Amino acid sequence: MNGQLLGVEDLTVTFPARGGRTPVVDGISLTVAPGEVLALVGESGCGKSMTALAILRLIAKPGRIEPGSRIVFEGREVLGLKVTQMRALRGAGIAMIFQEPMASLNPVQTVGNQVIEALRLHERVGRAAARDRAAAIFERVGIPDPRGRLDAYPHQLSGGLKQRVMIAMMLVMRPRLLIADEPTTALDVTVQAQILALLRELQNELDMAVLLITHDFGVVNELADRVAVMYGGRIAEQGTRAEVLGAPRHPYTQGLLRSIPSLAHRGGDLEEIKGTVPSLGSWPAGCRFATRCPKVFEPCDGQVPQTVSLSETHHAACHDVARDQPE
Amino acid sequence: MSWVGNAIVAVLLVAGVFIWMRARRNRLWREAMAALARRRRFALIILGLYVAVGMLDAVSWVGGGGVQGVAASEARSVIDRIFKPSVFREKSYSAPFASAEFVGGAALTFPGRHVLGTDILGDDVLYKTLKGIKVALLIGGLTCLVLIPLALLFGVSAGYFGGRIDDVVFFVMSTLASIPNLLLLIALIMALGKGTLQVCFALGITGWVGLSRLTRAETLKLRELEYVQAARALGVSHPTIVLRHILPNLSHLVIITFALLFTGLVLSETILAYLGIGLDGSWGRMIDQARNELSRDPVIWWTIAAASAALFILVLCVNLIADALRDILDPRTLRERA
Repeated sequence: MNGQLLGVEDLTVTFPARGGRTPVVDGISLTVAPGEVLALVGESGCGKSMTALAILRLIAKPGRIEPGSRIVFEGREVLGLKVTQMRALRGAGIAMIFQEPMASLNPVQTVGNQVIEALRLHERVGRAAARDRAAAIFERVGIPDPRGRLDAYPHQLSGGLKQRVMIAMMLVMRPRLLIADEPTTALDVTVQAQILALLRELQNELDMAVLLITHDFGVVNELADRVAVMYGGRIAEQGTRAEVLGAPRHPYTQGLLRSIPSLAHRGGDLEEIKGTVPSLGSWPAGCRFATRCPKVFEPCDGQVPQTVSLSETHHAACHDVARDQPE
Repeated sequence: MSWVGNAIVAVLLVAGVFIWMRARRNRLWREAMAALARRRRFALIILGLYVAVGMLDAVSWVGGGGVQGVAASEARSVIDRIFKPSVFREKSYSAPFASAEFVGGAALTFPGRHVLGTDILGDDVLYKTLKGIKVALLIGGLTCLVLIPLALLFGVSAGYFGGRIDDVVFFVMSTLASIPNLLLLIALIMALGKGTLQVCFALGITGWVGLSRLTRAETLKLRELEYVQAARALGVSHPTIVLRHILPNLSHLVIITFALLFTGLVLSETILAYLGIGLDGSWGRMIDQARNELSRDPVIWWTIAAASAALFILVLCVNLIADALRDILDPRTLRERA
């Protein structure tokens, strides 16, 4: 994991269910390099948000990060940090923006105060200086009349503005890693484009790595350097944007990409992935995608597929890919 | 003991001015106050009069010239000094504005001076009614001072931390809720004594469960909200989250519960007085003592009428204000006005 900003190894998160503990994230490994955008893609319930929360150690009880998991940020073992060290890391080292900007701000405090508090949490600055910096970052994230808006309450702002405030709040400390959990899902399309453009600008400017969690391949194509596709708590395929979007090898990734409506194939039926995601805990014993996979064959049901390297950067966990790949 | 009352009034005045200044600087509070003043002007004025009389009755000092029937070392409040109860007294009952005693018809010492008549001991009923204001405000205010922090402490810690703490708090709440309130109240007062402090404490102990349940439920909801999650993702500590994100978002519940509790407590004192464990000088005590007078012929109605009316008007005003306050502080109606 040398040279990596964030390294996650064998991360397993379990929740109690019917007598035992069910993994919702099952032994995933990924890395994020400094300044890189990694998109974590998958459908609802595949464990992508849980992965994000686990990195910040914010999994709420009764959920648990299993022993044997490793999370390394800037060479430090995150899972071994004391509570106070962990608090210092949150916000200053790793920040997170959430899906729902409408609910991410405290309704009874002015947005300026919330940004100022975020700043003063990690740095010793006077109120006046903090206010200046808050106004500066408001201006940077494109909030019109930044000084005036400091005294606004969340209910006086539009959804797009609230998301900008959220971004400002998370970026005042210039974190090295930003976890963005579906940052544009709750916004309408034009605002989405603006927020994505802003995120890309800020990411370049601050040389900040981003772990982008989304189910929207449009967003992936806009922002990501590398893509990891998750299914059923495991990573199905991982590679650069060109590799995963251009030459997907895992049947799940292929299915996902085929089910995106496109202007080129107008009029025809939209392809879909057959079946539905099995409920938590009723996964097949081998490959988790086996019940829905069009290429399913004999080892899929019983054996967990090994990760196959297709290039330096491109990996897929699939028996079918392994069969085609010369050892 | 006169300094306690003076100190309380001073603290209340300072706190009132402070809150007023703070609220004036915040546009939303200013709007809420203006809306309240617009919608409940009359109720606010009357409540203000009650509070003013209560405060005048709490401010007291020693001296000020020899008054007949009073020890020179006794501290007397402003109300005492205005009414001079030891001077202007009769021998027995007299009707409002009467010039002769109700029974027997002997001439009064101070004819026409007793606006609400006099009671069996010849004391002025208006004076006693006004004295009752302080007791009523004390019961409501002091009990809430015990009750609200207790309810918040238990409710918020149970809701926020959950787990074992929640189990313990919920067990205590369920236990308290399953004991008949009045029984527990009487038992506590018997054990603690009948002083003002003790009665308020007992009322506080028996009354916190409702608010605690409310705040626990609301905290459970708030804890999962994204701004609390976001605060945690920013590295905010638990105490700070509770102080800055949970408690302020419970304030509407607390304000409204306070207003409703207040009237409930003033009324429940009447019931305690009926059972013989009320506070001295309270309206409950006046009503209790005047009960038998209703069965006399001709009826002696003014004592019970004065105390009941004073109680009724106070409770009505507070309820009207609380009702308007709930509408005004509700974020949904707030948005409609904006």
